[in-house]
Amino acid sequence: MSENNREQFRPDDHPNEHFLLTSIVGSYPKPKWLNRAADLADDPDSKFTDEHLHEAHDDACRVIVDEHERTGLDTVSDGEMRRNEMVEFFADRIDGYEFNGPVKVWGHNYFDKPSVVDDVEYGESWLVDEFEFTNAAASKPVKVPITGPYTLASWSFNEAYADDAELSYALADLVNEEIEALVEAGARYIQIDEPALATTPDDHAIVGECLDRIVANIPDEVRIGLHVCYGDYSRIYPELLEYPIDEFDVELCNGDYEQIDVFTDPEFTTDLALGVVDVHTTDVESVEEIKENIREGFKVVPPERLTVSPDCGVKLLPREVARQKIENMVTATREIEAELDAGEIDLGPEVSAD
Amino acid sequence: MTELVATTPGLYPLPDWAKDELSDLKGHQKGDLIAGDEGPEIVDAYDRTRAEVVDAQVDAGLDSVVEGQLRWDDMLAHPLTIHENVETGGIVRYYDNNNFYRDPQVRGELTPSGDVAAELEAVDADALQAVLPGPYSLADLATDEHYGDEADFLDAVADYLAGEIEAFPDHETLFLLEPSLVENPPDDDTNERASAAIDHVAEATDADVVAHTYWGAVPEKTYAHLMDADVDAIGFDFVTETEDALYNINEYGTKEQVALGLVDGGNTLVESPETIRDRVEWVDENTHTDFDRAYVTSNTELFYLPVNKFEDKLQALGDAAALAEVDA
Repeated sequence: MSENNREQFRPDDHPNEHFLLTSIVGSYPKPKWLNRAADLADDPDSKFTDEHLHEAHDDACRVIVDEHERTGLDTVSDGEMRRNEMVEFFADRIDGYEFNGPVKVWGHNYFDKPSVVDDVEYGESWLVDEFEFTNAAASKPVKVPITGPYTLASWSFNEAYADDAELSYALADLVNEEIEALVEAGARYIQIDEPALATTPDDHAIVGECLDRIVANIPDEVRIGLHVCYGDYSRIYPELLEYPIDEFDVELCNGDYEQIDVFTDPEFTTDLALGVVDVHTTDVESVEEIKENIREGFKVVPPERLTVSPDCGVKLLPREVARQKIENMVTATREIEAELDAGEIDLGPEVSAD
Repeated sequence: MTELVATTPGLYPLPDWAKDELSDLKGHQKGDLIAGDEGPEIVDAYDRTRAEVVDAQVDAGLDSVVEGQLRWDDMLAHPLTIHENVETGGIVRYYDNNNFYRDPQVRGELTPSGDVAAELEAVDADALQAVLPGPYSLADLATDEHYGDEADFLDAVADYLAGEIEAFPDHETLFLLEPSLVENPPDDDTNERASAAIDHVAEATDADVVAHTYWGAVPEKTYAHLMDADVDAIGFDFVTETEDALYNINEYGTKEQVALGLVDGGNTLVESPETIRDRVEWVDENTHTDFDRAYVTSNTELFYLPVNKFEDKLQALGDAAALAEVDA
């Protein structure tokens, strides 16, 4: 992994000497009209066709990219407007999967958990079209979130492979194929989402092996992030430092940074992408509050290795709340950079700025 | 000849129509879930779901019929989350599954509620099998804000469950589900207490009692203590962990009845009746105990599955028991 692949995302007109990369994790609230359009496309009695829905998706992507850009984010996305759910979307495109119906997550919340019934094979393209469209619509660099193979395996029923590890490795080869296609299409910032690791941290070695397969033959200039949300990070630290990634993205705001010290011993050697707004509350954090949260990151890495992001995908928030949180996050980041330029922030003895 | 009883450990998936209907009636947020005081429309929807899953079991030829626990929004924590002296807190993970339930925070005395008894009264079937969380697991899933002492709390939970059972209608069997004995086993000081708590709950019924364990095998010390509980059978998960389950049986013996978790409740791959029968024979050949009765069941609750696969698994269990009887 390259130490300098972050610098390519610094905007030409960046106002400060210091540069903390601002980013999103992935999902963003869908406009209400898009959900309505999807319902109409599902209704056989409606005159609203799949082509109309495709047009609606295009429009929604443009809207969200624009919304991200207006918040001032350094790297943007389409908020996963074309995706329904983080496993279902991909399983629908991979040969070897089938769907049997919804299963419970909690209460009356369900997801269409798929079954792997045969060898998984790369079928239709997953994300290249999405990336190319978003990239054309954006004036900022586009970050591409992709569900990792361990989560694709863990959150499916496995009927075909000896165990989830074997299935994960088979899926990792497909993820690698997809990422190669994305890189070919111009993607330079890819985030692998592995929330399942938080639920089964003893499997960190399987995730490591998957990541080795995923990044094989991926050029150094492509920035690879790994997002793992909500869990006991001490059970995967320091092992995660062996992962071939550029940055590790964490959900710590939700827990008031009680786990931040996990990453201080031994020394954190990769970049840190720190969640600085809580996606589980509709209270919009103030700029001052977020600046305090960003400073938590300096306990682990120096500014040039800190990426600032929300804790997780923001799609469950009301859209206006999501926008305000991100806007405040960007404002807070720029103010922190200015204070760093002015030498007003004491980074403490633990974190050197070299 | 071992008598084979095809059954399940309860907690079924809602029929798909009911998922939609009840989510419309109740909502999706944690404040919208069952609290034990649901209105007539919701009661009616659950009555229809209950009738449907009872019929499904009868049609599949199961020997012992469960209510299905379709109202149990919080899975095994349900008997507490509907209690008047329990407040529900945040959403917490249900073991290591990708399922969540409301944290039951016990803030007052646990007095019997009659909630589960009312569910069982509504079942129209012979050979009724009651299902409850075991006391150790229920205490493990809850937060004690009232009793203040781990031992007292476990005793209180056991007392509470025993009180619930006293209101039950006639039932032939009682499954006490004890996954926490595997997932978060008692320490050395608690093993004896956990076993005594199960014993205390089992005393409350004249039915055959099965203490069913799953997601692996219980540690051998815990198992040795579990053998002291006066239950009729201990249940073993032969899907997740075969060797350690066999080890416990062969090293420490087991009851004259046994529950064999042979069908994977957490996977859509449907075992054929022949496969299930072969697995029964395999357990028989690899253990030294002559069982009077073997409950042939899934290792875990079946609510993890989509409905079509859940129904296929019921049918496979029913067919397997019938097939084994014909073979004999």
